[in-house]
Amino acid sequence: MATTAKVDVPGSDPVLGVQEFLKLLLRQGEIGGVFVQTHLNPHGMPMPTLITDPERLDRADPLAPAFPMNAARMAARLTHGRSGDRVAAVLRPCEIRAFVELVKLNQGSMDEILLIGFDCLGAYSNRNYPRYIGGDDPMSLTSGFLGKTGGSEDTAQSDYDIAEACQSCENLEPLGADIGIGLVGMDLGDHFVVTAHTPQGEAVLSRLGLADVEDPSARRAAMDALVEKRTAYRNAMFERTHEATSTLAGLSEFFARCVNCYNCRAACPVCYCKECVFLTDVFDHKPWQYLGWARHKGMLKMPTDTLFFHLTRLAHMSTSCVGCGQCSNACPNDIPVMELFRTVGARTQAGFDYVPGRSFDEPPPLSVFKADEFPEVAGAD
Amino acid sequence: MDTAVAEEETPQAPATEAFEPTIVAFVCNWCTYTAADLAGTSRLVQRPNVRLVRMMCTGMVDPKYVIKALLGGADAVLISGCHPGDCHYINGNYKARRRVKLLNDILDQFGIDRRRLKLTWVGASEGNEFAETVNDLIEEIRELGPIETRDMMVL
Ligand code: SF4
Ligand code: SF4
Ligand code: SF4
Repeated sequence: MATTAKVDVPGSDPVLGVQEFLKLLLRQGEIGGVFVQTHLNPHGMPMPTLITDPERLDRADPLAPAFPMNAARMAARLTHGRSGDRVAAVLRPCEIRAFVELVKLNQGSMDEILLIGFDCLGAYSNRNYPRYIGGDDPMSLTSGFLGKTGGSEDTAQSDYDIAEACQSCENLEPLGADIGIGLVGMDLGDHFVVTAHTPQGEAVLSRLGLADVEDPSARRAAMDALVEKRTAYRNAMFERTHEATSTLAGLSEFFARCVNCYNCRAACPVCYCKECVFLTDVFDHKPWQYLGWARHKGMLKMPTDTLFFHLTRLAHMSTSCVGCGQCSNACPNDIPVMELFRTVGARTQAGFDYVPGRSFDEPPPLSVFKADEFPEVAGAD
Repeated sequence: MDTAVAEEETPQAPATEAFEPTIVAFVCNWCTYTAADLAGTSRLVQRPNVRLVRMMCTGMVDPKYVIKALLGGADAVLISGCHPGDCHYINGNYKARRRVKLLNDILDQFGIDRRRLKLTWVGASEGNEFAETVNDLIEEIRELGPIETRDMMVL
């Protein structure tokens, strides 16, 4: 399988090439709408947008180094129930993985969606993207960010770089997508490639009448180099984070600036509860309780339950953490939440031999069990 | 006891002898709670270190109960339910095992010793086993010493 076709880039701008590809899908009636990150203001943040009119795709900019939110949640909403037409969702690899997790949790569906992914070169944080665009039209900056050969090595600005999550992301290939847009190692002023990864993607691509090409080895080599670089960055990040939190005192220090706003949870695509227990009456403590707890040790930090919240969240969802970094992005106090969740997630995921977003055939580990497993925890008898 | 004397002479030694572990035990209604009850009615000597929490099933012990107990200063948590195949709700004990596995992997990253969370199967008629499990755990935790959270002001 895995048909790979070539998409020509008009005006030496790959952003236009992606727009043309999406317009083609819409005009040929393959899809009824496109869900894609789009500039809705002259300078602001591009936001996930559902577009049905091909003309409106002119401000679509999925490859921009902006990642305001993990759109998997929105994609889940778009597919939870019937719309009557197929929508193409252009998502980052970590958004696709989160979407797959949500589908497995019955919060979204693959029935009416065509997943379009792309080689993800990362994004600046919500704080730094506005600095990156300055007073310019953001559309004009995206191709520069991608670099001439898609895999730009110079994402670093004078005093900031792409988000930590992106720098430490080794899963930048859109493997779970129906169709993947290949950018890395391409001559982006001329063309990029689209590859079908599923039968649905195969069927759609074959009807578009694009010229087939072999997946060029240049992409493989450039991708491998990028993955290697990011993996090394990730490993150093794991080590640093583990060292800082190897005791509870260290963990307490790690979250010293936490104000229990729960933004990290709200931003997390795989914190799956409709209502988080930490926002329920269970945590609506009474004055006499506070005083009682304070008397116990002579003092009580307020708000209470900070480590309780983070440890519980780790227990609830770290097996599904896709490393998107939106928790860190959303934290008002710059706590490196992603670092901790990825570090612990790597461990809990390995414990169940589970890779979030990898396959629909792998149920979330805490939703299943076997009669004979983990004898070191409690024996078969 | 003689170790108490030794402790006075070398004050830097850990005060293990004076330390009485507190253990929170989540036990299922159908098996282990009944066993604990039996241990009591059989007048087996049971030490006061354990706080029993009766659950309908170990399958309903959310990880947050365990985390809360440990952060609240419990030196260990015991989860105990029916033997495999005997669960009143068919498979709650298997679900509990996955959660304990998960919690072990998480908690020991933050320096909480794996021995502070234990899962066992104790059937309704096994009053002796229950008493033994608890006594062994008390001894084990006594050696391990008090949990870090007891002295922490910020949690
Ligand atoms: S915990 Fe953070 S990095 Fe992991 S999926 Fe949630 S938002 Fe993304
Ligand atoms: S922290 Fe736990 S309870 Fe809260 S939303 Fe996340 S998974 Fe649900
Ligand atoms: S977003 Fe930051 S401050 Fe808010 S709860 Fe999460 S870690 Fe704490």
